[in-house]
Amino acid sequence: MQIRAPKTKRAKRELDKRAPKLVENVKKTLILHGTKTSGVLNSVLTELYHLKRDNAVKFSKKNENIKPFESGGETSLEFFSHKTDCSLFAFGSHSKKRPNNLVLGRTYDHHIYDLVEVGVENFRSIESFEYDKKLAPKIGSKPFFAFIGEEFESVDELKHLKEVLLDFFRGEVVENLNLTGVDRVFVCTALSSKTVLLMHCALRLKKSGTSIPRMELVEVGPSMDLVVRRHRLPSESLLKEAMKTPDQAKKIKNVTSDVIQGRTGRIYIPDQKVGDMPLSNNIKGLKRERREAKQKKESKKRKTESE
Amino acid sequence: MEGSSYQIDLGNLMAYDSNHHFQSVPSSRVELVKHCLEKGTEMVQAIADSLFSLPSTESRDGPVVKLPAPTTKLPREKHLPKPKPPTKWETFAKMKGIKKRKKNKRVWDEQTSSWKRTHGYDRANDDRDIPILDAKSTDEVGVDPFAKRNAEKKERVKKQEKNRLDNLKKAAKAGALPSHIQLAATALPITGTKKDVPKKASKDELESVAGMAATSTASGGKFDKKLPGEKPPKHSGKHRKFLPVVEGKGIGSKEKQQTEKILNQLLSKSSHEILDVNKAVTMFNVKKEKQRKRDKDANPGKSGKLKPNKKSFKKTSTKKKN
Repeated sequence: MQIRAPKTKRAKRELDKRAPKLVENVKKTLILHGTKTSGVLNSVLTELYHLKRDNAVKFSKKNENIKPFESGGETSLEFFSHKTDCSLFAFGSHSKKRPNNLVLGRTYDHHIYDLVEVGVENFRSIESFEYDKKLAPKIGSKPFFAFIGEEFESVDELKHLKEVLLDFFRGEVVENLNLTGVDRVFVCTALSSKTVLLMHCALRLKKSGTSIPRMELVEVGPSMDLVVRRHRLPSESLLKEAMKTPDQAKKIKNVTSDVIQGRTGRIYIPDQKVGDMPLSNNIKGLKRERREAKQKKESKKRKTESE
Repeated sequence: MEGSSYQIDLGNLMAYDSNHHFQSVPSSRVELVKHCLEKGTEMVQAIADSLFSLPSTESRDGPVVKLPAPTTKLPREKHLPKPKPPTKWETFAKMKGIKKRKKNKRVWDEQTSSWKRTHGYDRANDDRDIPILDAKSTDEVGVDPFAKRNAEKKERVKKQEKNRLDNLKKAAKAGALPSHIQLAATALPITGTKKDVPKKASKDELESVAGMAATSTASGGKFDKKLPGEKPPKHSGKHRKFLPVVEGKGIGSKEKQQTEKILNQLLSKSSHEILDVNKAVTMFNVKKEKQRKRDKDANPGKSGKLKPNKKSFKKTSTKKKN
């Protein structure tokens, strides 16, 4: 066996960036397409890429051996996912049976976790919207989400789609948010048990009487109808493993830190009932006594034997 | 529309309205969009209400709020990192109670009387810098102590490398290999020995292959069309050696040597001497000595000096010519 380690510090840093961590990096998206695409689908993929500019990779070649829902057709996807370190992917294809087909998928450990296949209808691209360019949302800003419709809870497919859309557009999970930087919202409305209208709007904060500004939505981005065709949920064990959270730091009992004394703990000694303790035979002081007693015994024995 | 409470996940800036459903989808697109935007505005307003009421701190770019953790759980993209199993040294140190001690970056070096670094290039108290080693009574006579020290160091390094590999293998077994390290199997064929493994061609070898193949052409590969990026073949093989034009003092008479060498070769080739005279003479003398010795042994009693000349007085033995 041979140890292969990177020779430069830079390479090591890059490899460490891709390593599994407790708190993970932003999920990157891989956008690619199959042998046949339509004009609509092409613009869908490019606009998706523009929305996620910072952390997305777009492939321009045709990939004929990728069939996400078939057992053999996933290997290429997994390989690309591994190479580009992308855990989300959007695969577009067009056929007579499934026109304007978009497969949104997630990977876990660079193996397919789950898939949702949607058909894109009534697509309107960014260029078709007219709005004040100053309102245009900036790349990388954290979006608001509005999911409208009871079907998101009742229908399995839409529940799954809701989760996937949230994962796709969420961006970085941050603790501190700058309130001036909120400028976009994704509005997803369930039109029926299979269709979702996805709209991307810019936010305009208007002065109101109170400290809370009044929100105004201006439609800017692509809008499309997503018709859920097929979906594949993750297996139970995979789901359980992927949802594992790191162990919360256990509270160590009986340890206090003092500025002067440092780290201290308390020792509790149970009550020693000294009076009840049996005396030990192994006392060094009794050595001479014992020796003499032994000698006496032996001399007695000899006397009795001689008699 | 009022009075419906939305499920708000502040960590994700998400609002979900579970009480809404279309009795009838608005027939025109414009109306549908308008309806959705209205609903959306309400929900976003609800999120903003709770968002802006969070305690905010003033930063350079504006008010910053601390978001709570997201409530909707989403799957991780990679597995949780597994804890590394303790290495062989770590288990030993734990058992013995050995604790790590902080080492200084610079240590005083007695030899050069200066501060040198503890590890690395030009380090203090290096084994190899000692010029003189005192001979001990346990040392053998012919052994080079410096070579011995070098060999010992090499052994220690090899042992350390083996231990490092073992530790990494243990970690790999537990699934906790450090992310930047890969363990690669050194390829051995299933049958055969190490010698049968075809050696990988090095970069230099590959670069010179084209040049080597080109020399088999009629013009020695001089006029072959070269691909872009292909380097011209390096000079290989002998070329003529030209003597310096002006001979310096130290060089001596190189030209003389050169001509002498050539002459000797020529003469030895063209000489027809099959016989080496000196050698023949010595051989003959040696043979004669041997013969004399043999005769002496055969006839031990007679001394050669006092023997009269035994000439035959018979006239019949000699033939006289007239």
